[in-house]
Amino acid sequence: MNLLPNIAALPLPIGAFSLSPSDWTIIWTGAATNVACALVGCFLVLRRMSMMGDALSHAVLPGLVVAYLLSHSLDIIPLFFGAAAVGLLTTFLIQTLHQYARVPSDASMGVVFTSLFALGVVLVKKFVSGHFDIACVYEGSLELVVLADTVGGLPRPLFTTLIVLLINGLVLILLWKELKLSSFDPALATTMGLSATAMHYLLMTLVAVTAVASFEAVGSILVVAMLIVPAATAHLLTDRLAIMVGISAGIGILAAVLGCIAANYWDTNIAGMMTVAAGALYGLAVFFSPRHGVCSALVRNLQMSLRVLHEDLLAMLYRVEEFDDSKHLTVAEAREAIGGGWLSRWSIAALVRDNRIETAGEQLLLTDLGRTDARKLVRSHRLWETYLVQHLGMPLDHVHEPAHRVEHFIDARLQQELEAEVDTEGQDPHGRQIPE
Amino acid sequence: MSTTAFEIHDMTVAYHRRPVLWDIDLQIPEGKLVGIVGPNGAGKTTLIKAALGLVPLASGKVEIYGKSYKDQRHLVGYVPQRESVDWDFPVTVRDVVLMGTYGQLGWFRRPGKSQYAVADRCLQEVGIQPLANRQIRQLSGGQQQRVFLARALAQDAQLYFLDEPFSGVDAATEAAIFELLQSLRSTSKTVLVVHHDLQTVRDYFDYVILLNMRLVACGPVETTFTNENLQKTYGGRLTILDEAAEAMRQHAK
Amino acid sequence: MTVDQPVIAALFFDGLNLSQKVMFGTALLGGISGVVGSFAVLRGRSLVGDMLAHAALPGVCLAFLIMGSRNMLGLSLGALLSGLLAIGMVSLLVHWTRTKEDAAIGIVLSTFYGMGVVLLSIIQKPHIGGNKAGLDSYLFGEPGNMLSADLVLLAVVAAVLLVIVFTFFKEFQLVSFDNDFARSQGWPTLLLDLALMASLAVVTIVGLPIVGIILMAAMIIIPASTARFWTNRLHIMLLLAGAFGAAAGVLGTKLGRGLPAGAAIVLTATGFFVLSLLLAPGRGVVSRVLAEVQLRNRIAREHLLRSLYELSESDLPKRILLPIHKLREYRHWRFLPKLLAGAVESGHVESDDETVKLTPLGLQRAAELTKAHRLWEMYLVQHAGIAADHVDRDADDVEHLLTASLLLELEHELAAEGRLPDITPEVPDSPHELGTDPKNTPSSDF
Repeated sequence: MNLLPNIAALPLPIGAFSLSPSDWTIIWTGAATNVACALVGCFLVLRRMSMMGDALSHAVLPGLVVAYLLSHSLDIIPLFFGAAAVGLLTTFLIQTLHQYARVPSDASMGVVFTSLFALGVVLVKKFVSGHFDIACVYEGSLELVVLADTVGGLPRPLFTTLIVLLINGLVLILLWKELKLSSFDPALATTMGLSATAMHYLLMTLVAVTAVASFEAVGSILVVAMLIVPAATAHLLTDRLAIMVGISAGIGILAAVLGCIAANYWDTNIAGMMTVAAGALYGLAVFFSPRHGVCSALVRNLQMSLRVLHEDLLAMLYRVEEFDDSKHLTVAEAREAIGGGWLSRWSIAALVRDNRIETAGEQLLLTDLGRTDARKLVRSHRLWETYLVQHLGMPLDHVHEPAHRVEHFIDARLQQELEAEVDTEGQDPHGRQIPE
Repeated sequence: MSTTAFEIHDMTVAYHRRPVLWDIDLQIPEGKLVGIVGPNGAGKTTLIKAALGLVPLASGKVEIYGKSYKDQRHLVGYVPQRESVDWDFPVTVRDVVLMGTYGQLGWFRRPGKSQYAVADRCLQEVGIQPLANRQIRQLSGGQQQRVFLARALAQDAQLYFLDEPFSGVDAATEAAIFELLQSLRSTSKTVLVVHHDLQTVRDYFDYVILLNMRLVACGPVETTFTNENLQKTYGGRLTILDEAAEAMRQHAK
Repeated sequence: MTVDQPVIAALFFDGLNLSQKVMFGTALLGGISGVVGSFAVLRGRSLVGDMLAHAALPGVCLAFLIMGSRNMLGLSLGALLSGLLAIGMVSLLVHWTRTKEDAAIGIVLSTFYGMGVVLLSIIQKPHIGGNKAGLDSYLFGEPGNMLSADLVLLAVVAAVLLVIVFTFFKEFQLVSFDNDFARSQGWPTLLLDLALMASLAVVTIVGLPIVGIILMAAMIIIPASTARFWTNRLHIMLLLAGAFGAAAGVLGTKLGRGLPAGAAIVLTATGFFVLSLLLAPGRGVVSRVLAEVQLRNRIAREHLLRSLYELSESDLPKRILLPIHKLREYRHWRFLPKLLAGAVESGHVESDDETVKLTPLGLQRAAELTKAHRLWEMYLVQHAGIAADHVDRDADDVEHLLTASLLLELEHELAAEGRLPDITPEVPDSPHELGTDPKNTPSSDF
């Protein structure tokens, strides 16, 4: 009895990427793994312990071997216990090395997990014959999920992953406040009676167990990726913890779907493709995140530069008018004065479009709207100059440059405050009128 | 007229697009012991780092004996804050002091007899010669400070920048450091010291720079270290500067 | 491969049989990993080695796809480029985004490795011709496959890196210890940093085919961390790290007959690490525990002498016989009988079951201790505001910490209170009557 919904039967416009039921099994398994990992991975990323994910997923190897040898089977319960035990041991050893032997924290991690892994390799080669292929542990065999035994109607790897997903979800719900507090301020948490150390050990144990549950299906490398990459992606998209956890779970699912489709299309390793998909999503967030993305920052900078240019032009026209209202700058002169090049052309064109300036033949004139804007800017400039002279004691000939830089950032409210602070009688330190 | 050892012109420094030092403009004549004072977050360490080229300038320039810092590195000695270094690093006291001679050695040369002699002499001058072979973690706060001082001395500079050398040291070390600074000044070296204890400014320094995100005052202690200036430095509300800085950071991110 | 290399190989290495070659190779690799790894560990970059090892995979695969054959040099170049790209990406991510360094390393590590796995699955397609053994050997290494040519490459790389580290030792040391100071002196810290990272990358890449990923990461970290326990000088740490690494290589290969070589080497290195952790003088656990025990014993003995002094102070300069139960009432003791026995042995007291008495030597020492202690107490009480970080300093040091004038002042105050112990030595009675033996001239040895 197949409990999984047969979404392939739905009329989805996937066309060449149509997926079979076994594909969907694979996707569900991958998605479940990724979500389980994302739930604990968020806290790893926030606590700056991302590498513990890598460390734990390697260090559990000897635990798995011992569990296998003792239970003479590949049953999941003994494996979980083996993983949890080694997870605790690893965490304990790393802490001890760091605190008592004064080994730097990253070196402690490195020493412990590599030696435990080496121990695991030795145990495997010496005591285990056949069934335990370490390379498989490393890269997993998502492709073979459909061939696995079923438990409760689901393939075994999927079943175990769902169990872990449930456990992680439960821990998160029950201990949400505690996890949140101990992640942001362990010292405070401890003084409030919540042992930050206990939270740490709990989190590490969950990571170890999650890793082991995922090995069978997706291999340890996907686990390391899925612990960190969706969480880091979500971190770039939001500032709120609950939303971050939700988004990272979503990204995990998306990576599973995309990865499977791509792997089918190019006929390559599925787990690897899911990793690449997650990495690609992270890359997209790096560039296009609305708040923190690189491109968004570039766009904002460009907008800022343009705004500065607009304002400089308007202010310059105003000053020219102020000085002698019969003279006007030509378009070419104006363009040169604000730096020339395509940006200044664009700026002038935009200002004309917004009805801030108008051309009368070759000359450039302020419209009423433009004059109002310019007046605000010159007002900010002169108020700031006055502030610099009166409150900061700067000499007269030094105040123009700084005011020229700051004037663009002074809004109406700051203007009011400036006015309250300075003593102007309507004139700036150079004796010029401060516009209303 | 004495030479100007150190000059800053209209310098603004910003961290992450947020100005932390606004339009600093000052001149320091040669051979003075200068205290840099101001409240926490006033930008005192930033001032030094900007002068040494360790942080980029948003505008303005720094001149050392009339030339840009890049051309005058051999004239400058630096004592950073103690917290800036990993004290677990496997070096001895002597090793650290030897580092002061690396600038003169240049590439490919190793410290030789004369560098060791310089190092030992500097260790003597600060009074920690017996500790030369100790690993630096084994020292007390005052001793660590002296190591840094010895290293700066080994640089054999004309202009010294010290960042909070008196903080967290015992009375004996404080006295020793002050004696050292005085002997530097007596050989026409110029010394700028970020200092946190207002009570001792008059005793220690000839010149004072009062700083709080902008220059409040700079000049001889007698005329500059006044109640009025102190009020402006420590007492004033700088909300407007803060708000403008915040506005710049938000828009220019 | 140039024409010369087979000749060199023939000259040096063809004479060796396989196991000798493997031993030589792992020794070289262990040695150079230790040296280069020292800088990585000291700068908090231990796990970059792990990242480099994983991130090299796509480079290896791409090189294979492009060149179509298993050319060691070509594959290594591909791996190196891939590794350097990974390092660059981590820097960019940390610089441009709010992603922290540990997450950036993890992201690059796993994403690159995932790409590598994908590429590997393409390579392993029948029409491309790679086999599954490829991944195994990449994961765990195959020292058994070491050819003379591989050994030559390893030796050349090790030699070049050693020369670089030797030539630029002081620059690397300076940049690693105090980056700001180095910049202020005008050193190109970014370039020096890059050089260190690049040498880490080269070592990792060259070692991968021999010991595999995880184990290469181990060789970067473990010998260097082991060496740290033994010395406080950087150049000695580099030498020891190299030695431990090389020893792990040789010993691991020897002891690990029948086991995967890479794992055996790492476990040997860990063995050295644990032994050093326990037994190194100074920083080792055993040494520190012993030091603490000795300190506690010394403090207990000093408490004993001081208590005896204080209990008999009113009767000085006569040294009175004190009942032991009075001592017990005076303060809390652990193992008092043992303490007394020790004091008897060092000649400071005379004691039996019921009583104890200071010897002249003991009185002298007790007086010194009590004076130092009281001076220190007085200093704390009067001058407590000044030096907070001296509160737990050993009282014996007090004379060295305080200025002479301050000490004099404190001594005067103590004397005024009548609490200044007198430390003039008590002269023992002459063993014979003075002046009565005509054979002996009266001596003036006071």
